[in-house]
Amino acid sequence: MNSWMDTKEYEKLVKENLPKANTFKNSIYAFIFGGFICDIGQLISKILKDYGLTSETVASFTTLIMIFIGAFLTGIGVYDNIGRVAGAGSIVPITGFANSIVAPAMEYKREGFVFGVGAKMFSVAGPVLVYGISTSVLIGLIYYLLYY
Amino acid sequence: MAKRKVGQQTIKLESAPYIISSYSIVGPKEGSGPLLKYFDSIVQDDYFGEESWEKAESKMMIEAIKYSIKNSNLGIENIDFLLAGDLLNQLISSNFAARALQIPFFGLYGACSTMAESLSLGSVLIDGGYADKVVCSTSSHFSSAERQYRSPLEQGGQRPLYSQWTVTGAGATVLSDIGEGPRITYITTGKVMDFGIKDANNMGAAMAPAAADTIIAHLNDTGRQATYYDLIITGDLAKVGMDITIELVKTKGYNIESVYNDCGSIIFDNKKQDTHSGGSGCGCSAVVLNGYLLKEMKKRTFNKILFVGTGALLSPISSFQGESIPCIAHAVSIENDLRV
Repeated sequence: MNSWMDTKEYEKLVKENLPKANTFKNSIYAFIFGGFICDIGQLISKILKDYGLTSETVASFTTLIMIFIGAFLTGIGVYDNIGRVAGAGSIVPITGFANSIVAPAMEYKREGFVFGVGAKMFSVAGPVLVYGISTSVLIGLIYYLLYY
Repeated sequence: MAKRKVGQQTIKLESAPYIISSYSIVGPKEGSGPLLKYFDSIVQDDYFGEESWEKAESKMMIEAIKYSIKNSNLGIENIDFLLAGDLLNQLISSNFAARALQIPFFGLYGACSTMAESLSLGSVLIDGGYADKVVCSTSSHFSSAERQYRSPLEQGGQRPLYSQWTVTGAGATVLSDIGEGPRITYITTGKVMDFGIKDANNMGAAMAPAAADTIIAHLNDTGRQATYYDLIITGDLAKVGMDITIELVKTKGYNIESVYNDCGSIIFDNKKQDTHSGGSGCGCSAVVLNGYLLKEMKKRTFNKILFVGTGALLSPISSFQGESIPCIAHAVSIENDLRV
C-alpha cells in the first residue's frame, strides 16, 4: 500500500513505541474486585437462606438483587469508575451485565424511548444474549439426544 | 501552469493572509489541564445548558465563531465565508452552527485535521482574491464523539494505555487580507496514508505516517530545514504517535526532534487526568492553536510555527468491517511578520 515501509515493519515500529499494560497489577485488581462482588452475592444469598427461603428462590433473588445493585451503581455514575480500576473483575459478574444494559439505555434516552432506549438498550449486551441463548439451546439439544 | 504552487504539494500564499483574531472555548476537563490559562472561555457544564451533547458542541462552535469575529472588531456581515467541520455524522455541529450564524458556509470533513484544512482553504480563498475575511472553525465533544465511535459513557471498562481522550472544545480563527497578526505563508496539503493499522484505539500510530509524510513534503517543497521553525506541532498524535513520527521522519534523513511537539500531548496532564496517550478530536488542535499557540506567537515566544493537523479518516462502519485506518495531515506555515 506504500513504498515507505511494509505493514509488518511498521507494526514492529509501533509495537516498540506502545506503552506496556501492567497485566500483573490489572489481574490482581480484577481478582480482588471480582472476588469482592462475589462475596457480596454470597452474603446476600446467606441472609436469604437464613430467612428460610428455598435454595431455588435464594438463587433467583440473589441474582435479582445483584442486577439491581449493578444497575443502581450505573445509574448514579459509579460503576464506570469501578470498571476503570477493576477491569474484568467488574465486567464478568452479573453486575457487569446489568451495567452493559443500563449504560446504553441512559446514553440514548435523548433519542426517545423507542428509537433511543428501546433500540439501543441491547447494543452492548445483545451479542452476549444472542450467543448465550443460542449456545444453551444447542447444549439442550445435545443433552436431549444423549439422555432421552 | 500554477504560479503559486511550490514543489509537489505546497502552495505559496503570495499575499500571506493575516490571522487577525482567534477564540477558544473548552470543557471542564481541558479547563483544568496544563493550558487552562490560555483558553478564552472554560465551560463548567458538559451540556453547556443544552439538552444534548451534540447541541452543546454546536453551541461551543457558535460561541467560538461569534467571539472570534467580535475580537477582530468586525461584524458577522463582514465575513465572506465560514469554513468549519467537526467529527459528528453529517457534520451536524458545524451545519447547525452555520444555520445559526448565517454566514456563507463550506462544511469540511478531514476528521481531526479539519482545523488545518479550513485554514488552508480559507487562506487560499483570500490569496486568490475571492474573499477578504474568512472564519475557520472546528469543534469536538468527548461525550458526543464517544457515543458515535466507541461505547456508552457509563459502561465500566478499561481503555488501552495507547488510547486518546477526545477534547471537548471549539476554536475559531479569523483570516483577513489586511491587518495585524501572524501570517499564513505556505500550506502543504497531505495525501491519504495508510500503513495498515486497524485498531481504532491506536489512532496515534495510524496517523503518524500521514504526519511524517506531510512534514517531509513541506520541508522538501519549501527547501526549509526543520530548524527554520521554532515549533513544528502536529494536531493530535499524542504520546505514542509523536514518538513514531520522530522515528519515521528519521528514516528519510530528517530530524525534527528538537523543534517538535504535539497538541494532543500538551493539552492534558496524562498521568493526573487519566487521559492515557493524550488528547484527540477536531477541537484538540483548534483550541491549542487558538488558545495557546497564537497567544504565544503574539508574545513572540514562537515566531515561526508549522501547524500540522492530523486526521484519522475512519468510521465506526469501516472499523467493524475490518478496514485499516486511512489518515491525512495538512501543514500550515504560520509566521510573525518580523519586519514590524
